[in-house]
Amino acid sequence: MTTNIFDAPVPDTSSSTAPVLRATDLSKEFFGVRVLHGVSIELYPGRVHGLVGENGAGKSTLMKILAGVYQRDGGTVEFNGEPVSFSHPVQAMDAGLATVFQEFNLLPERTVAQNVFIGREPRRGGLVDQKGMVTRTAALLKDLGIDFIDPAARVSRLSVAEQQIVEITKALSHDAKVISMDEPTAALAGHEVELLYAIIRRLAARGVAILYVSHRLREIFDLCDEITVLKDGAFVSHTPAAELDTAELVRLMVGRSISTYFPSALEGTVPGDTRLQIRGGGNDWIDGIDLQLRAGHITGLAGLQGAGRTELAEAIFGAAPFTRGTLAIDGREARITSIRAAVRSGIALITEDRKAQGLALGQSVLNNALLAVRSVFSRRFAAAAAALPGVLNTLELSSRGTDQEVQFLSGGNQQKVVLAKWLLTKPRIVVLDEPTRGIDVGAKVAVYQLIRELARDGVAILLISSELPEVIGMADTILAMHDGRIVAQLPAGSSEQDVLAAAVAAPIGGTP
Amino acid sequence: MNVIRTLLSPRGAVFLLLAGLLIAVTVISPSFAEPGQLIRFIQRVAPIAIVAIGQYFVIVGGEFDLSMGSLITAQVVIAGNLIGQDAGRIFPVLALMLVLGVLVGLVNGLLVTLLKVPSFIVTLGMMLALLGGVMYWTGGAATGNPVDSFRQLGRGGIRGVPVIEILPYSVLVMAAVLAAAIWLTRTSFGRTVIALGDNPRAVRYAGARSWWVTTSTFVISALTATISGILLVGYAGVHPKVGQGYEFIAITAVVLGGVVLGGGRGWVVAAMAGAFALEALFTLLNFAEVPSTLRDGIQGVIIIAAVAYSASPLGGAKRKAAPPAPPQTSPPDGKEPVAPAHLGS
Ligand SMILES: Nc1ncnc2c1ncn2[C@@H]1O[C@H](COP(=O)(O)OP(=O)(O)OP(=O)(O)O)[C@@H](O)[C@H]1O
Ligand SMILES: [Mg+2]
Repeated sequence: MTTNIFDAPVPDTSSSTAPVLRATDLSKEFFGVRVLHGVSIELYPGRVHGLVGENGAGKSTLMKILAGVYQRDGGTVEFNGEPVSFSHPVQAMDAGLATVFQEFNLLPERTVAQNVFIGREPRRGGLVDQKGMVTRTAALLKDLGIDFIDPAARVSRLSVAEQQIVEITKALSHDAKVISMDEPTAALAGHEVELLYAIIRRLAARGVAILYVSHRLREIFDLCDEITVLKDGAFVSHTPAAELDTAELVRLMVGRSISTYFPSALEGTVPGDTRLQIRGGGNDWIDGIDLQLRAGHITGLAGLQGAGRTELAEAIFGAAPFTRGTLAIDGREARITSIRAAVRSGIALITEDRKAQGLALGQSVLNNALLAVRSVFSRRFAAAAAALPGVLNTLELSSRGTDQEVQFLSGGNQQKVVLAKWLLTKPRIVVLDEPTRGIDVGAKVAVYQLIRELARDGVAILLISSELPEVIGMADTILAMHDGRIVAQLPAGSSEQDVLAAAVAAPIGGTP
Repeated sequence: MNVIRTLLSPRGAVFLLLAGLLIAVTVISPSFAEPGQLIRFIQRVAPIAIVAIGQYFVIVGGEFDLSMGSLITAQVVIAGNLIGQDAGRIFPVLALMLVLGVLVGLVNGLLVTLLKVPSFIVTLGMMLALLGGVMYWTGGAATGNPVDSFRQLGRGGIRGVPVIEILPYSVLVMAAVLAAAIWLTRTSFGRTVIALGDNPRAVRYAGARSWWVTTSTFVISALTATISGILLVGYAGVHPKVGQGYEFIAITAVVLGGVVLGGGRGWVVAAMAGAFALEALFTLLNFAEVPSTLRDGIQGVIIIAAVAYSASPLGGAKRKAAPPAPPQTSPPDGKEPVAPAHLGS
């Protein structure tokens, strides 16, 4: 294995106990392209091992090889000291190696208990012992310190965070010695992340080894005892977390140091005329919206989960139009009653969930990127098709050509395809709903840079984000939403505390 | 290696299957391979291949059209009764048939998209309505017989062609329909249809008029049924049984061509090859003296086998995205009021 100067010695505790899982020299190819080569990793009981790297570095692939979803092309895996080779996730699970994938494998119409014991239901006199299943699930949940999930509740009624807990419970019911988690917090709200932390710490205390993948470096430092960095499918370093800081970790991940996460406004950016003006806007989900977006100006929108930020974005975009109030674009009154009308008026929405609304996953990069232009501005199609390579280049999309299906791109590159789709429509008002979710630090900086460039070119921007540093770092004006209303407006550079306080405060006069 | 992979994938497997079947037929009956026989085989398949092409657009866009067979029957009966022995009526009646085709497609499409009734139900209703109309009109018996000049379209051809002697018009029509279909799949419209079958929300969020795109696929499918009906008048005559079951044959052919049910993936040429493979199989069974009463059963087995094959890892399963997120995770689109429980924590 290659070592480099950043490869600090593994702490002593590791040599005292044996690793529960040791993968050596793993390699994997897809259609002749190496996505993993010579990667080794060791997991120790009771320790949380962070796995980080840029989009497409091979983190998910590594996890899937360990879990038996993909078969490795080379290398060895030892589990409990024995060489293993799982051909199916269920086999790995039975052996005690569980994985919580980003897409859950739960049956929504079955109960929590049925999901936990699926495929090996306890029997009693030949029949499934429903009651026993519920009691045993309740016990497992209690072990995790969870008392708010009813084992007899249907999974479809649970929130994302709760479903994740069910997945973890399922792993525990198999007496898992190793649990890997792939970006488990990507869809969680702040307080749910805290809950997950607590569960992970509890699991570690019981001697479970955890493999944890996340793009949120703060979580990596909060949780992990040691950190392995991958880049372009190759091993970069393995270091105790205590010996790293964010700047150093970023440098290991992207191969260069990033000095400014949030680029400052570009030269030539001049806040101009009002592009979008909403007065008293509302519908079933939001109310009393007064909002002004100006050319060259970035408006940040903060708020808790459920505050109505996405609903506001969808109202502007015509997906769930305003039913009250007035809306003007460039000073002229406009009625945006459909997505098509919004796109025609020069509005673009980068949606929060790229797999649900952003991309047709089975189609090529080309066809996804051109989808909006060809649907709405067919006359500009030829020009857009000609501009496409340039746009993808600026976004630094890494794909195997524009014919590749987007489902085979890593998360960050998928997001770039979504951005390309909207850039090609030459929008004048851009709404970005959680634009950096699931993308790596390098790509984040690229997105910020792009936002700045749009602003310079006179686009009005509304930036919605759950990550306060992002809103604060980028926005010229910060709005806070609560309960479907805009409750506060703060100047650029406000502190996180101030924004958070504004976002949790009830609006003046209370809510109806 | 890559060639083998392509041939084993649903997209390529149908061509392999077709080649195998044609060889098998030739082994049993060597005269099948003679150019004259072969062209007659193509002529026989043409009406089926054409409806398979129409059905392809509906299926790849994520829907179904069960009304094609009845529409063929209706068109055949209209042609038989309204044209009669008066050659001067050919063009007015042809125009009427086209209008009916477009109308049926529009009604199917608009009911599916605007009233959001599943296409399975809408086109089943259309199938019964058309069939009912035909039965009412004809009393269930063979009636009418259009002039020979009209029937020439389905049964005649260009004579004196070297090697094959006669080049049937229906083969030309099929080639034209195929060329148009291939062209269409490469246009923005065609790309949008496939994307729509893949992820309708993403298409809607791109600003597309998805209702109109879907409706257009039903119009295309109804038009192909109309063309097929015109050819069948000549080839099979006028009878309320002509066209019966064509919707299932078309669906089987499309599935056999590796087009994914539910949409988003598939190649129109392969769908047409599916029609040929299916007919080659029936020809083979014929030569092998398998009773024709088994046909339906065999067709059923083929549908299931083809769908199962494309769902198997060998056939490239797992290529479709993960199932849609459960209700809570999907951002407001189904739009439920902001749940107070999520607030202020
Ligand atoms: N099934 C597949 N077929 C072809 N290529 C694949 C497949 N799965 C992954 N890849 C490719 O392998 C590389 C590594 O992908 P992987 O998903 O492991 O990255 P990742 O580190 O998890 O990235 P992200 O942070 O974006 O999730 C990428 O270039 C991706 O395009
Ligand atoms: Mg990943």
